[in-house]
Amino acid sequence: MDGLWQRLDTAARNLFPLGLALTALLVGAMPLYLPGYGMVAPNLTLMVVFYWAIYRPDLFPAAVAFAIGLVQDALMGTPMGLNALVLLAVYGVVTTQRRFFQGKSFAVIWSAFLFVAFAAGFLGWLVMVAFGAALIDPMPGIFAALLTIVIYPLVTWLLARIHHAVFPVGVHVSR
Amino acid sequence: MRYRAGSVARLTAPLKVLVQRFAFLLLVISAFVLMLLGKGEALLVDRFRTGVVDFATPVMEILSRPAATVSSIVESAKELANLRSENARLREENARLLAWQATARQLQAENASLREFLRFPPESPARFITARVIADAGGAFVRSAIVNAGRRHGIAKGQAVVTPDGLVGRVFEAGFQSARVLLITDINSRLPVLMESSRARAILAGDNSDRLKLVRLSASVDVSVGDRIVTSGEGGMFPPGLPVGTVASVEGGMVRVAPLVDFDRLEIVRVVDFSAVAPLSGSTEVAPAKK
Repeated sequence: MDGLWQRLDTAARNLFPLGLALTALLVGAMPLYLPGYGMVAPNLTLMVVFYWAIYRPDLFPAAVAFAIGLVQDALMGTPMGLNALVLLAVYGVVTTQRRFFQGKSFAVIWSAFLFVAFAAGFLGWLVMVAFGAALIDPMPGIFAALLTIVIYPLVTWLLARIHHAVFPVGVHVSR
Repeated sequence: MRYRAGSVARLTAPLKVLVQRFAFLLLVISAFVLMLLGKGEALLVDRFRTGVVDFATPVMEILSRPAATVSSIVESAKELANLRSENARLREENARLLAWQATARQLQAENASLREFLRFPPESPARFITARVIADAGGAFVRSAIVNAGRRHGIAKGQAVVTPDGLVGRVFEAGFQSARVLLITDINSRLPVLMESSRARAILAGDNSDRLKLVRLSASVDVSVGDRIVTSGEGGMFPPGLPVGTVASVEGGMVRVAPLVDFDRLEIVRVVDFSAVAPLSGSTEVAPAKK
């Protein structure tokens, strides 16, 4: 029924959230040559997964969150599966609480993200300690979570702009 | 379309939710299984890891350029401001180094003649591979960096990574065109070292902080702040005598070492291909003289 072109267009749009998450991952790994930056670099993928889990989980299934986590682990040198688990957990919590997020003001969503960012950081730290069997200083993780929370509005604004440019509001199909 | 198929959707919806839940659970389990597999250094997990890094290398290389450019512009501006004082400092240092050069020449000649006298095999020079740091990988809990040279440039797992200042770390994973460097500050880094002056052996351990811990140092050794630490070359992969750091503090048996390398400004590094040209087994320091 659909023309090939239309199907290609749909496929490209559906792959778009994944591409955006991968871009965020690579941008996040950029060396900035700032003192101590590497340790407290904000977790951009966390924001991207949080965003799509709230607004368009139909375009961003759990498997994509898992895959992004795996690629992040591969690039970051963290144990394989660690970020996959963290992003899955965030995705799971957010999608089951979607009703809570609907129609809420930005401040409420930001506060929810504050909780999510700290919980995600703690889960990552916990797994790291459990698997490495060594007590790791949690302070860089706490600072990274803080930085992630602080730049969340900026990243979300950017994500929303891109999101609405690719998926114009008129053709928005919600489940 | 959706409305017409409404009755079907009503029947399949619960099933869909069930499938989704099951898929989610399966993914969580896979994450745990992967972590357990990775702990045992599974070949497949390593392959995947280096594959992903290799694949992302061209993109990361492009992304790392602007930041490096900005960083070098800032650096040049700073240098310009300090030109006069820097010049004076360098003149002074040059005079001092010329004196050292004379001493070094004399010692080199003396060393050569003594080596000949003892029939000590000459130390083979190491090969260097220069690479650029293209990703500040690691995040909050791992200290590592990705460089844009890999197996095709002769990089192999275990090789030492240095800057002109000192030791950076070792190659942890070598991909085809990229490699991951585990920094000496990482919690998993253990490095056999020597106190440069007393030749006492110890292990330099990272703990993710900026200061390294000196462990397994025998209690009878005198350690004071400012002592230089160099690699001992034990294990054969590292050349002996690479500068690593200086003792920063000695408090109640806990010796902390400040690395010589500024990890925040890591850009160009050199990978030391030492094993390829020195295929001696065991420690190269105590290599017996051939008779």
